Amino acid sequence: MKKLSKSDHLKIFSYMLKIRRFEERSAQLYGMGHIGGFCHLYIGQEAVVVGVLMTIHKNDSVVTTYRDHGHMIARGLDPKKIMAELTGRADGYSAGKGGSMHMFSKKNNFYGGHGIVGAQVPIGTGIAFTHKYNGEKNICRTYIGDGAMNNGQVFEAFNLAALWSLPVLYIIENNKYGMGTSVDRAAAGSDLYKRGEAFGIKGEIVDGMNVYSVIKAANKAGEYVRSGKGPYILEVQTYRYRGHSMSDPAKYRTKKELEEYKSSDPIEIVKTEILKKKIATETELEKLSKEIIDEIKSAADFALQSKFPSAEELYTDVYI
Amino acid sequence: MSIEILMPALSPTMTEGNLSKWLVKEGQDVKAGDVIAEIETDKATMEVEAVDEGTVEKLLYKEGDSNIPVNKPIALITSDQVATNNTNEAIKENTSKKEKKESIEPTKEPTKTILNNKEEKISLSKDQITMRQAIRDTIAEEMRNDKKVFILGEEVAEYQGAYKVTQGLLEEFGKKRVIDTPISEQGFAGLAIGAAFKGLIPIVEFMTFNFSMQAIDQIINSAAKTLYMSGGQINCPIVFRGPNGAAAQVAAQHSQDFSSWYAHVPGLKVVSPSTSLNAKGLLREAIRDPNPVIFLENEILYGLKGEVSNDKNFTIPFGKANIVKEGKDTTIVTYSIMVQKSLEAAKILKNKFNLDVEVIDLQSLRPLDSHTILNSVKKTNRIVTVEESWPFASIGSEIVNIVQQNAFDYLDAPILKVNSADVPMPYSSALEKLYLPQIDDIVKAVKEVNYI
Repeated sequence: MKKLSKSDHLKIFSYMLKIRRFEERSAQLYGMGHIGGFCHLYIGQEAVVVGVLMTIHKNDSVVTTYRDHGHMIARGLDPKKIMAELTGRADGYSAGKGGSMHMFSKKNNFYGGHGIVGAQVPIGTGIAFTHKYNGEKNICRTYIGDGAMNNGQVFEAFNLAALWSLPVLYIIENNKYGMGTSVDRAAAGSDLYKRGEAFGIKGEIVDGMNVYSVIKAANKAGEYVRSGKGPYILEVQTYRYRGHSMSDPAKYRTKKELEEYKSSDPIEIVKTEILKKKIATETELEKLSKEIIDEIKSAADFALQSKFPSAEELYTDVYI
Repeated sequence: MSIEILMPALSPTMTEGNLSKWLVKEGQDVKAGDVIAEIETDKATMEVEAVDEGTVEKLLYKEGDSNIPVNKPIALITSDQVATNNTNEAIKENTSKKEKKESIEPTKEPTKTILNNKEEKISLSKDQITMRQAIRDTIAEEMRNDKKVFILGEEVAEYQGAYKVTQGLLEEFGKKRVIDTPISEQGFAGLAIGAAFKGLIPIVEFMTFNFSMQAIDQIINSAAKTLYMSGGQINCPIVFRGPNGAAAQVAAQHSQDFSSWYAHVPGLKVVSPSTSLNAKGLLREAIRDPNPVIFLENEILYGLKGEVSNDKNFTIPFGKANIVKEGKDTTIVTYSIMVQKSLEAAKILKNKFNLDVEVIDLQSLRPLDSHTILNSVKKTNRIVTVEESWPFASIGSEIVNIVQQNAFDYLDAPILKVNSADVPMPYSSALEKLYLPQIDDIVKAVKEVNYI
């Protein structure tokens, strides 16, 4: 693997920070009533998607769960249009018809944003099938929450992917809780990365709070899959600072547990590394942070100024 | 004394078979369990074993004889086992009773398909082909046309299709495009939907639509809704096809009609053919449609023969019903296997009651051709819906709504629906017959709306 350049480090820092600031702003807009329905924040998990981002090829595909805002930002999508979608506006990625859980960008090979736990796993496997069918050297990264790892269709997809040697990298984002139920209470044998073993799918566990660990593992796993050896599983251990969704006070876990994770905050780890390596000074990072705050603020302004979809839009996009 | 060996029924819907090979000769002794012949059905070649012991007295058919009806004697065995004879006689009596029952098999007469749009002259084939072959040919033609089209499902490749619909496809297109799946409906349906999102055109065969319930979340939540949820970015060009509804005596879990289940869902298109001609036209349209299409076949119709269009690009647009018989007294709206039954009921109604019934084959359930239904009702002033599904919230219920809303003043009688009984499908043939809509039920309903 190529050594990370200075600009790589700064890219990592700014993407992670952009996701966090975006999610904080989302929480604020939710509280103000501009975002409705279910809204699942990614705060605390930034190192996972940004780490994987550093290993992605342009035409690789991605499919994920409903906790998708960070995934879209990491895929290079425009925060303005993401925020417009969250606020149900015509300028949103799904023209206001999808909302927080259902966002897509075909142009950027981002296939959602799926609201049904586990459903994205056969779908991602099918996207990988297409890459192989078309003779492309691309792979599909299919994200799975720890909660979905007890869902039957996930294992059906594992079986098919292994049987047909499909180029799919399964990334389990284990944030320790499926809504309010901890992994220990939901999964018999809680080593989720081993759940492909019966199908001959290799898996490994990764520290998802440290972006550098994620990059290393995602690179190795990605190249394994790209080389035509079939699927691979990464269980990335992470933690969400917020509740399952905006309406969840997260009383099922202790304050101590949360504080422990916060003390090894993934963004702080990157910041420390950048300062240690003298890639940028504290002042330069502060300047960068300020720019990100401004960018996210203008995304929110853009969203709130965007029009709601017109009444005719109710009946469009049912069929083409 | 002689025991008759009868042509066996080797599948729930088999009506006839071919004698491909004798494995015994006249004069040869056979023991129970010996293989005596190979019988070829439209689905498979199977061995027939002797049940009784004795000497083969006579072989009544030659090797290669075809279309031998089920229950016809094919050989005689001389035996002195009286007890066995009795059993055999009992079986024979039972089966001959079965034969006398009203048959739910398609009429042997070829069906004429008239197309609604009369300006459209269709050049029809000289030969009649089965609906099974019509579907197979269409899949093959579209796979030749477009490399993005592929088919997957249980037993579609090496086994040549559980109902032989995919026969020969593996040989022509190879295992990359004709793909056997494990028994894993949610997995392979979801996978195919992902492939469709990414630009391929999958044809998903469900061995029967009963098993599609394992995958119904993917069909509705993923295939039907993603175009909308993505603001028009991601469409799902996919066909889910397979036999729907009752076969024969396969009971509650294998006999369900899913027409109204799927037709309920915006984002899906739902069609159901009744002849070889419209099977080809509708399936080609389905494969070329950029939206998800549910293609509901019927196992009993697979063997039904009819002409097809000579045009390799022949399609039937969705949302267009077909008036299969014109009439002025009552409108029957129906689809799939019930088209046959309705036409037979129409004959009885004409002969016995001098009622001239118009029969409309919907062909397409979503979109639904309200226009043709309403025009017909405005002419006949009476309407009966006929379908195999359960009555509650059925396609017929929706037609009742359309008609009462748009042609209320034209109606001279309340609308009647003919459906299956509102119970799970029973196993016993005696109860099955009561469960399914029969010709008599249709006749009775039409008489009722005519106050006869």
